[in-house]
Amino acid sequence: MAELTYREAVAAGIAQEMRRDENVVFLGEDIGAAGGVFKATVGLFEEFGPRRIRDTPISEQAILGAAMGAAMTGLKPIAEIMFSDFLAVCWDLVANEIAKTRYMTDGQITLPLVIRTANGAGSRFGAQHSQSVENWAMAIPGIKVIAPAFPADVKGLIAAAIRDPDPVLVFEQKSLYAFKGEVPDGEHVEQIGKAKVLRHGTDCTIVALALMVHRALAAAEILEKEHGISCTVVDVRSLVPLDTVTILAEVAKTGRLVTIEENPRLCGWGAEIASIVADEIFWDLDGPIIRITTPHIPLPSADLLEDNTIPSVERVVREIREKID
Amino acid sequence: MDTSKPMILGNDIRLELYKMQLDLRYCEKRAYDLFLQNLIKGTSHLSLGQEAIAAGFGVAMRPDDYTFCTYRGHAHTLARGASMEGVLGELMGRQCGLLGGKGGSMHLTDVTKGAMGSYAIIGAHLPVAAGAAWSAQYRGTEQVAVCFFGDGTTNIGAFHEALNFSVIWKLPVVYVCENNLYMEYTPIRSVTAVDHPAADRASAYGLEKIVVDGNDADEVYHTAVKYMERARKGGGPALIECMTYRHSGHSRADPGAYRPKGELERWLERDPIKIYRERLLGLGIVEATLTDLEVESMRKVDVATETAKGSPVPSLDQIDKNVWADGSTAWRN
Ligand SMILES: Cc1ncc(C[n+]2csc(CCOP(=O)(O)OP(=O)(O)O)c2C)c(N)n1
Ligand SMILES: [Mg+2]
Repeated sequence: MAELTYREAVAAGIAQEMRRDENVVFLGEDIGAAGGVFKATVGLFEEFGPRRIRDTPISEQAILGAAMGAAMTGLKPIAEIMFSDFLAVCWDLVANEIAKTRYMTDGQITLPLVIRTANGAGSRFGAQHSQSVENWAMAIPGIKVIAPAFPADVKGLIAAAIRDPDPVLVFEQKSLYAFKGEVPDGEHVEQIGKAKVLRHGTDCTIVALALMVHRALAAAEILEKEHGISCTVVDVRSLVPLDTVTILAEVAKTGRLVTIEENPRLCGWGAEIASIVADEIFWDLDGPIIRITTPHIPLPSADLLEDNTIPSVERVVREIREKID
Repeated sequence: MDTSKPMILGNDIRLELYKMQLDLRYCEKRAYDLFLQNLIKGTSHLSLGQEAIAAGFGVAMRPDDYTFCTYRGHAHTLARGASMEGVLGELMGRQCGLLGGKGGSMHLTDVTKGAMGSYAIIGAHLPVAAGAAWSAQYRGTEQVAVCFFGDGTTNIGAFHEALNFSVIWKLPVVYVCENNLYMEYTPIRSVTAVDHPAADRASAYGLEKIVVDGNDADEVYHTAVKYMERARKGGGPALIECMTYRHSGHSRADPGAYRPKGELERWLERDPIKIYRERLLGLGIVEATLTDLEVESMRKVDVATETAKGSPVPSLDQIDKNVWADGSTAWRN
C-alpha cells in the first residue's frame, strides 16, 4: 500500500491504463504540459508524450465531440472538462449524442469513453465553479455516473471507467484533491456499480457520495461518541448503475435512511434513492426518510456562506439528532 | 474551380455517378410517396435536388472512409452502400430498418459501410467527425472523415470549434457545407454576416475558400477526390461549400411558401440529374444505356419498398435492449 493524494490517484489510474492499452488517449484543456489546473494529471505528458496526451483549445464541444468520434472508431479516449459547471456548454454532446447513440443505432455504435470533471464546492469559487451536478447526469439514460470519495477508489474506478465499454462520467470532488489515502500497490481496478459499506451501525443508515462521505463518517463518529446514535455509512460511489441491493439491505437493517447530498435539493440523487426505499422496503422503515442537501440556491462564495450552504458535519449531526432520537 | 474546362473523367466513373444519383433520387421520391400513404410517420427531410453532392462524395470515398451527416441524411447513407430496404424500413418503423426502428429517419447509420450516423442537433457531428479523423490519424490508417451539413449550421458554435480544432491537429477530415440557401425557412443570407456562410469563414481557420457547383456531380467528385487525397496524405482538413437547392420543403410539414416566385423553377432547370443526363448524352453515351440504368434503379426501389413493407414491425422486447454494450438497459442491480 502506498499513500497517495486524491489528485495523484487520478494520474495513477490513467497511467495504469495507458501503459496497458495503446488505444487509451487523453485530451483536455491544460492537461498535458501544464499537468492540469488541479495538478491531477501531472507526469502523464512526460510519460506518454504529445501523441497520446493532447492539450486542446477552449472548445468543450470539440473536446467531447472528438472523444465521441474517436471512441466509435477504435480508441478509448478520456476527456477532461475542467469544471463540471462547464458541462453546460457541451451538454448536447453528453445528453443527446454520447448517451443516446448506442440505443438510437440499436447497438451499432458503442462508445468506450470517459469524461472526467472536477465537481463540487469547498473552494470558494462561487456559483459557476462549485456546483455539484451529478444529478444532471443521473437523469440521462445511457451514461454511467461515478463519484469516488477516496484515493483508492479514484484510481480503481477511473481504471474501471477506462475499461468500461460504455461512456462513464467521473465526478472528482475538487476539494478532495489534497486528501491522502492508502492505495493498493500494483494493478488496481474497482467495480463500477458497487456501493461500499464503510461503517456498521444500528440506528440509521447514512447514504452519501464523494465529499459528503467524509462528512458522514465524521458525523457518525460524533453521533456515536457524544449522542449514542449508531450509524451505518454507505458510500454510493456509483449513481448509474446504482447498487440498490446494498443500499436497500443496509437501510432495512437499521430501519432509517438518511441521504447526504451536495447537489441542490430538487431532484437530487437522494430523492431517487428515497423513492426506491419507499417503494420497496417501506415496511422495514421505522421513521421518515431524511434528506440533507444543499438548499435550492446557487452557491455563494464567501467562506462562511459556502460553509453554511453545503451540508456540514455539524448540520448532519444536528439533523440526525433532531429526527432520530 | 474552373468549370469551363471539361473534367477528365472516365465514362465508367460518370455512369457510376449517374447511377448513384438515380438511386438517391428514386429512393427519396419513394420516401415521399410513402409519407403520403401514411406508411412513414414522424418527420423526414428530403434531399431532392441535392443528390450530386452525396453521389460525388460517395463515389469518391474509399470503403473504409467515414461519413457523418445530418437528419437530411437518407442520400448520404445510401451513397455509402447502405441497403435501400434498410433505409426505407427504418423510415417505416420496420424490423428490417437499419436501426431496428429505434432511430428513425433522422439517425440513419450503417457502421459496416462507414456511415457513422445522422445527427439531428445542428452542428453536433462536426466535432464528432473530427474525432473519427483523429482516430484515423492516430491509428495511421489513411482513412478520411467526411462531414456534411447545411448552410444554417455555420452559425452555431460547434462549427467553429470543430474547424479550429481540426486545423490545429491537421486532421484528415473534409467538411462539406451544402448551401441550399435556406436554414429551415429563413434565407441564410439574411442571418449571416458574409455571402458564403462556410467558404467566407474558411480564412479564419487558415483554410482556403472553396465554393463549388453542388449540382454538378463531376465538379463535386473532382473536388472530393482532390481534398480527400490531400487529407489522406496528411495535408489536413478542407472546408468545401457546395451551392445547391432543395426541391422540396425543409421537412414533411413544409410547403416552402417562403420561396420567391420562380426560384424553384430556375433551380429545377439546374436539376443535377437533368444536367448530368444531358452531359452524358453529349459525351456520346447512347440513350438506351441511360434508360436501362433508370429502369434498373426504379426496379431496385420497388423491390426495396416491397421488402420493407413486408417486414414486421419491431417486437416490443426490443424497447429494453441496447442502451449498454452488454445489450441491457439496466441502471440498477
Ligand atoms: C441546435 C439546433 N437548433 C435548431 C434545430 C432545428 N433545425 C432543424 S434543421 C434546421 C435548419 C438547418 O439548416 P441547414 O444547416 O441549412 O440545413 P438544411 O436543413 O438546409 O439541410 C433547424 C433550425 C436543431 N435541430 N438543432
Ligand atoms: Mg440549408
